[in-house]
Amino acid sequence: MALAQAQRSPLAQALAAAQAGERLSPEQAVTLLNEAELLELGRLAHAARMRLNPEPVVTFAVDRNINTTNECLSGCRFCAFFRPPGHAEGYVLSREELGRKIDETLALGGTHILIQGGLHPQIGVEATCDSFRFIKQHHPIHIHGLSPPEVVHMAQVDGLSIPEALERLREAGLGSIPGGGAEILVDRVRSRIAPGKCDAEQWLAVMAEAHRQGLMTTATMMFGSLDTVEDRVEHLRCLRDLQDDSLALGRGRFTAFIPWTFQPANTALSDIPPATAVDYLRMLAVSRLFLDNFPHLQASWVTQGAGIAQTALVFGADDLGSTMIEENVVAAAGISFRLPREELVRLANDIGFQARQRDVFYNPV
Amino acid sequence: MPPTVNAALAGSEHANHLGLPPLDIDPRLVGDPALRPVAAKLAQGERLDAGDGLALMTSKDLLGLGALAHAARLAKNGPYTYYVLNRQINYSNVCGNRCTFCAFWREPDGEGAYLLSPQEAASVAAEHPEMDLAELHVVGSCHPQLGLDYYCELLAALAAARPRATLKAFTPVEIEHFARQEGISTTEVLQRLMAAGLKAMPGGGAEVFSPRVRAELCPSKTSGKRWLAISGQAHALGLPTNATMLYGHIETPAERVEHLLALREQQDLSGGFSAFIPLAFHPENTGLGELARTTGLDDLKVVAASRLLLDNFPHIKAYWVMLGPKLAQVALNFGADDLDGTIVEERITHTAGATTAKGMTEEELRHLIISAGFTPVRRDSFYRSLEQD
Repeated sequence: MALAQAQRSPLAQALAAAQAGERLSPEQAVTLLNEAELLELGRLAHAARMRLNPEPVVTFAVDRNINTTNECLSGCRFCAFFRPPGHAEGYVLSREELGRKIDETLALGGTHILIQGGLHPQIGVEATCDSFRFIKQHHPIHIHGLSPPEVVHMAQVDGLSIPEALERLREAGLGSIPGGGAEILVDRVRSRIAPGKCDAEQWLAVMAEAHRQGLMTTATMMFGSLDTVEDRVEHLRCLRDLQDDSLALGRGRFTAFIPWTFQPANTALSDIPPATAVDYLRMLAVSRLFLDNFPHLQASWVTQGAGIAQTALVFGADDLGSTMIEENVVAAAGISFRLPREELVRLANDIGFQARQRDVFYNPV
Repeated sequence: MPPTVNAALAGSEHANHLGLPPLDIDPRLVGDPALRPVAAKLAQGERLDAGDGLALMTSKDLLGLGALAHAARLAKNGPYTYYVLNRQINYSNVCGNRCTFCAFWREPDGEGAYLLSPQEAASVAAEHPEMDLAELHVVGSCHPQLGLDYYCELLAALAAARPRATLKAFTPVEIEHFARQEGISTTEVLQRLMAAGLKAMPGGGAEVFSPRVRAELCPSKTSGKRWLAISGQAHALGLPTNATMLYGHIETPAERVEHLLALREQQDLSGGFSAFIPLAFHPENTGLGELARTTGLDDLKVVAASRLLLDNFPHIKAYWVMLGPKLAQVALNFGADDLDGTIVEERITHTAGATTAKGMTEEELRHLIISAGFTPVRRDSFYRSLEQD
């Protein structure tokens, strides 16, 4: 029997481990990504999703992406949104515009704003705190804001440590942190695609500190640029390890994982063939199997469109992200899918799920 | 060394016109209890009936549908996935049929109405001389003023402009219209067009055969019975043709199944259909603009049900113009084995709001196929491999 086990192929062993709901090793995840049949991955990932979220419900949020500035020092090669500081097309959102956008969000039943911006040379922690205090005082709404590269940058601008920066931002109104800027948490790739952005260790350190301070965050992955399958799995491993630590501490944690594909159009890497829908579904499914300590996985209709986002609901995703009243960054890379609330509900219902609006903590609204 | 694609294709019995062999289905993938009897029949190699078709067409078990259809796809076509270097040419949009679901047609003097002369069509065909086009896909409209001479001249001009390309032209609806205009039989029309260079026919104009749906959406169009009969006449003359179904408007699941079974019956009789192409309805700018677009589940389900019901069709096409390249690629795991082709300039679906590109490069098509784990086969209109070994 033991001999028979040992002689089974790595694929058979990985499939059996996934079937049994065991924790997968990084090697097993690589094997599944490279070798497993698409529909088999779907079946296993969907079973894992139903174990973790047994209700036949797909959740979604109503929120707005607000990009406070497009001026950015980072100069990431995959980004079509940023302008270098001082560029004629650079902007910094005024308070009036910010307030108007929030009021519109609230009027549409929105529960939070996702507020992010470029790494602006003059905007540090204090300037951001002012802005958050303005929001909380005049347009109260949950602030799901920034990202680890922004936190690192703002702390540098004001000469603060990461814990100090997060503490001040929290006190000024930061309610949770979206998991952007993770790209691929492997410095060999990061240093080539996003040389101006914080490194993998810093990204993880900001999230660890945020969790320690009781903040909920998400995590993303942008794959399909210069990364290998092994890099993608290393990214997942870093996230799973950090989540283990945060759960043990019992304060904040990752609520969801959101993989999406690099969109090469209008970027400095436009000659890379784009990750395809099949790549996306395979990655999503293996993420669901590997990240056994992440409660939720979001489908990315912004990068994949409605058809694949709906398909993703049987490949491990249990959440359709948000209605995104406004989305600028992916739109700048030539992709513009717009899904109003009714459409998200229709997609979920059509494939046999109830649709339920949630807040940033995944509580029903 | 593994065999080359061409050797493997020559040695396989892929893409035959016979039914499906007993299929090897992983029962764990079939979750919907209503699909289990269908799976059992397929495992026995039994032909599916209308009840089975309805179970498929109303299931929400996407992975189960995929498992059944993918087993059928592998049995018929193995890992081979076809594409063609082709170009679409729409010679005119002037049409007397006024179908409610169409955004392309114009009145003869309407805004944007056009008619390409044979020479104009030929210069369109000659564009991109660097592309070794294997096929010209030529469809237009039911133009009230043109005679058969125009169409024969059109074919002759296109053949002269692209001698290496197969002329795949005119749907059965156009053939019937030409026959009425000329006062001759459809068989005679086909013979004259063949003499002018016609080598194959596309499968448009089938819509949904249900008389109820046709009465409501396209009362002036050729009936389903005539559409099938003209396809049969083409087959008898040695012309391979395709078949389509325009779904996602007012048709019921049962009407979809009836449509597919009518095609299967015709194929049993005449055997000349090469591929079936499900067409997802695009409502924008049509008389049905208030309808929602089909969902991913619906699109993949129709592909899967088609593969399983049309057991005598060699190929099922995932038409990327209508599905989008992403769903078309995923459809390769749901029964489809063909992505159509480069197309170059799609007009009809784009006037109805398609946001896909108007054409794709060969490189993009091969990338989609390879990254989905399949083996690309560049083909001609007759599904012969043009791969260089």
